[in-house]
Amino acid sequence: MTREEIIEKGQLVYKKPTLLNDTPMHYCPGCSHGVVHKLVSEVIEEMGMTDKTIAISPVGCAVFAYKYIDVDWQEAAHGRAPALASATKRLWPDRLVFTYQGDGDLACIGTAETIHALNRAENITIIFINNAIYGMTGGQMAPTTLLGMKTATCPYGREVKLHGYPLKVTEIAATLDGTCYVTRQAVHTVAAINRAKKAIRKAFEYSMQGKGSNLVEIVSTCNSGWKMSPEKANKWMEENMFEFYHLGDLKDTGADK
Amino acid sequence: MARMKGATVVDTERCKGCNLCVVACPLDVLALTSKEVNRKGYNYAHEVLSDTCTGCASCATVCPDGCITVYRLKTD
Amino acid sequence: MADQEITLMKGNEAIAHAAIRCGCDGYFGYPITPQSEVLETLAEQKPWETTGMVVLQAESEVSSINMVYGGACTGKKVMTSSSSPGVSLMQEGISYMAGAELPALIVNVMRGGPGLGTIQPSQSDYFQACKGGGHGDYHLIVLAPASVQEMADFVDLAFTLAFRYRNPAMILADGAIGQMMEKVVLPPFKPRRTEEEIIKECPWATTGRIGGRKPNIITSLELRSEEMEVINLRIQAKYREIEAKEVRYEEFMLDDAEYAIVAFGSAARIAKKSIEIARSQGIKVGLLRPITLWPFPTKEVKSLASRVKGILSLEINAGQMVEDIRLAVEGAVPVLHFGRLGGIIPDPDEVVEVLKSSF
Repeated sequence: MTREEIIEKGQLVYKKPTLLNDTPMHYCPGCSHGVVHKLVSEVIEEMGMTDKTIAISPVGCAVFAYKYIDVDWQEAAHGRAPALASATKRLWPDRLVFTYQGDGDLACIGTAETIHALNRAENITIIFINNAIYGMTGGQMAPTTLLGMKTATCPYGREVKLHGYPLKVTEIAATLDGTCYVTRQAVHTVAAINRAKKAIRKAFEYSMQGKGSNLVEIVSTCNSGWKMSPEKANKWMEENMFEFYHLGDLKDTGADK
Repeated sequence: MARMKGATVVDTERCKGCNLCVVACPLDVLALTSKEVNRKGYNYAHEVLSDTCTGCASCATVCPDGCITVYRLKTD
Repeated sequence: MADQEITLMKGNEAIAHAAIRCGCDGYFGYPITPQSEVLETLAEQKPWETTGMVVLQAESEVSSINMVYGGACTGKKVMTSSSSPGVSLMQEGISYMAGAELPALIVNVMRGGPGLGTIQPSQSDYFQACKGGGHGDYHLIVLAPASVQEMADFVDLAFTLAFRYRNPAMILADGAIGQMMEKVVLPPFKPRRTEEEIIKECPWATTGRIGGRKPNIITSLELRSEEMEVINLRIQAKYREIEAKEVRYEEFMLDDAEYAIVAFGSAARIAKKSIEIARSQGIKVGLLRPITLWPFPTKEVKSLASRVKGILSLEINAGQMVEDIRLAVEGAVPVLHFGRLGGIIPDPDEVVEVLKSSF
């Protein structure tokens, strides 16, 4: 049997979601953003929410997310996406409203907006890409940068005396009464990707069911910023990031509400 | 015994040569080109062991740029 | 008629009532003196139970302006109010809205600065309101009410202009207008637009791709310089159109005037009393009151300069609008400034003394 015959007669097993358009993404080769874009697109399509989704993009690497996923987008000021999302969801309660933010945007400049939107139990989902570095501006230290990790603004490694500790926003979010579902996922393997997709689906469904705010952190790689190959970055993430940023659900009260 | 035969189609112009699909493939079906590059200048993923592909779609699942389409056919 | 009923209320309260009545969809704000009554009145009125208007106290002015940004993206009639230090915090969001060409209303009930300054009235945010305020080449449409009635009336006007030009509009009041109680006839009730109406009237808005239309994207970002220049030129052309069509002002006793005061808001009220006193002493002086501070009544001020011997810019600040008057007058007649600072409102008698000693 030839390859051509399989393609012609076989079953389609995997195809890029149509909601993710053909515009080439600006992300570096191997960047986790692309995988998460695919998952978000797949979930929106599978939920049949293409015409009812309003997404908010951040400032950071995902600033151009609006070019790739074919839903309505609002491009927020740095860190302010949860504020835009709060108003948007309250004004259009039957829409699926989510933000897509990186660690600099969410865990640093937008900490206040993030914590308060989550704690107001806004019926939104926050997708949080945590790669422990500022990717877009060229690899500077982020609030989530691990101790000892080298970046452009902590070239000798992050140290407590100079820079304080890395911030676990997701752990904080899990303590807030307003949050419904708080989880930390990754997209470095097929199994992890499948789990992350389920988590995004659950968060989006809770948002639509009015169960409160939802935070899906995706521990990610930034191979350019980390100065590693994509493959090595995945390994480094497994060996270093997961030790500090434990994967799994931190909170899920969706069934109780 | 029935077995699955798979085939991958790589959008080689969209591919950025990150190599994650190559790593993800359990059967070493894919590899990056060693010399040929696409218009962006990347070595791109392509099938090197077509016969062994089972269409598990691991490569496509991990591909950050959605470059890979996978088909599968049951054979006798 | 019930709608014509005269009531007594604060300027801040009038803003809140007018917002509910003009079909405003959402208010997002943060308490700050001297304008907290706007949010307080809305909270007390509970419009979410009547018109369906959303009212939300945000965690900061930074957040409230970005809530307004988000709401405006969706084509809804949304607003915020604050006072000077809070409006400084909002400048980033206002710049984004101007860049993304979004309609919204920002109310600034000014207090004295700089810094934390004072909670007393001031007009020292004229530059901030009229010259951009945030980063980038942009303008807000700026309306300056001089009475509680105008506080009420300008809410609907500001929204009308904001939507006509897809540009944020500001009501630039001060602590005196915000806090004073005056009689007011509240505007009649207008229903909020339905979602279908919004989708039809605002085809650019991020309402979701209803009907399978192409995605709408609201952004102020464009990295290609050539494209960014085109966007800027389009916005500038819009500003020229607003300047040509939307100048509003009031003239008071200018027909026979030999001297003119130019003043807005609270200062214009002082000016009217000063004019009465001055005229009783034989000084023929009148008032030109800009109602739109941007677009500024440049032509009208220029024409005034051909009829009078001198112009006094009366402002509750150290001299801001006077620069626009001088640009309009182009040196034809002397243009002086008088103002009090630190939250002090000028006394009509001292204004008359200034008129006498200056001209």
